[in-house]
Amino acid sequence: MAEPFISTPVITDAAESPLVGHYEQGTFGNLDRGAQVTLTERFPLAICDVFAWTGSETKSANAIKRATKLALTKTRDAVSEDAQAFRHAPGRWTVIAIDPALPETLTTAVGDNATVVDLSHGRTVLRIDGGQSRRVLSKLFPIDFKSDCFPLEKGIATKHHEIFAQIQRVGDDAFDIIVFRSYARAFWHALRRSSEEVGYAVE
Amino acid sequence: MIIACPFCGPRDLSEFTYCGDADNLAARPDPAATDQAAWNAYVYDRTNPAGEHAEIWQHSGGCRKFLRVVRSTVTHEIESAEMVGPKA
Ligand SMILES: [Zn+2]
Repeated sequence: MAEPFISTPVITDAAESPLVGHYEQGTFGNLDRGAQVTLTERFPLAICDVFAWTGSETKSANAIKRATKLALTKTRDAVSEDAQAFRHAPGRWTVIAIDPALPETLTTAVGDNATVVDLSHGRTVLRIDGGQSRRVLSKLFPIDFKSDCFPLEKGIATKHHEIFAQIQRVGDDAFDIIVFRSYARAFWHALRRSSEEVGYAVE
Repeated sequence: MIIACPFCGPRDLSEFTYCGDADNLAARPDPAATDQAAWNAYVYDRTNPAGEHAEIWQHSGGCRKFLRVVRSTVTHEIESAEMVGPKA
C-alpha cells in the first residue's frame, strides 16, 4: 500500500465560520408561543466523505465504526455525543466528528478499502431542534420528515432548489443540515425565514 | 412526478436531472467520427413515442446515481427505475 495521504487537520483556534457577522443570537419571528425551534451552527467540526471501493462496503463501514466508536453498520446510520455518520449513496458515507484528528483516524482505519476526502473546510453543519422543526424543514425540502419515514439517526441527501444538502436526524425533533460552505449564508437566511412563522432562537 | 430511486426511495422530480433516451445511448457515433448525417441523426432524430419510454435520469440532488427509468409519456406513470453503472 502506498503511503496514505492525510490532510492537515482543522486548526480549531484559527477556523472561521462562514456565518461570521450573520450569526445573531437571540429570539426572532412570531414569538406568540415562544421560540418553537432553536437554530445553531455546529462549529468547528471535522467532516469527511468515505467512498468504499466496490466490494469493500462492509469493511469500510466497520472501519468507520472502529474510527468513530459509532454503532454503524453497512445499512445503519449512527449518531453519538461526539460523532455521527450516514450513508448518502451506495458505498458512500458522510462522517462528522468533534475530534480534528478524524481525517487521519479514518484514513488509517479504512486502509485500502476506501478513499477518505476531508470536507471540513468545505461544509457547514446547521442544527434545527424543537417541536416545529419538521414544519420548518417541510417548507424547504421535498422530503417526508415524519418519524416513521425519517427514523432517528438516518441521514439522506436532497436539495433546496440548487443548494445540495444532506440531512441527518440527530434527536426526536433535531436535524443536522449539511450544506456547502459557500452556500452557508444563503441557506442560513432561508432557514431563518422559514422559521419566522413559528418563532426561533439562535444559540 | 415522483421517481422511486432504488437507493433513496420515492423522491420529487426536482431532485433529478434528465440525461436522455436510454435506448439511444448505443446509437452514438464514434466520438472521433465526423459523419455529419450520423451525428445529426443521433442528436435530433427521436422516435418520440406516445407511451412507454426508457430514459436515463441522474439523481443529482440525492445519491447522484444514474437510473434507467421506464416511464409512460402519456400518463407520466413510472413502470421501473433501476440503477445503472458501477455499484448498480
Ligand atoms: Zn438516489
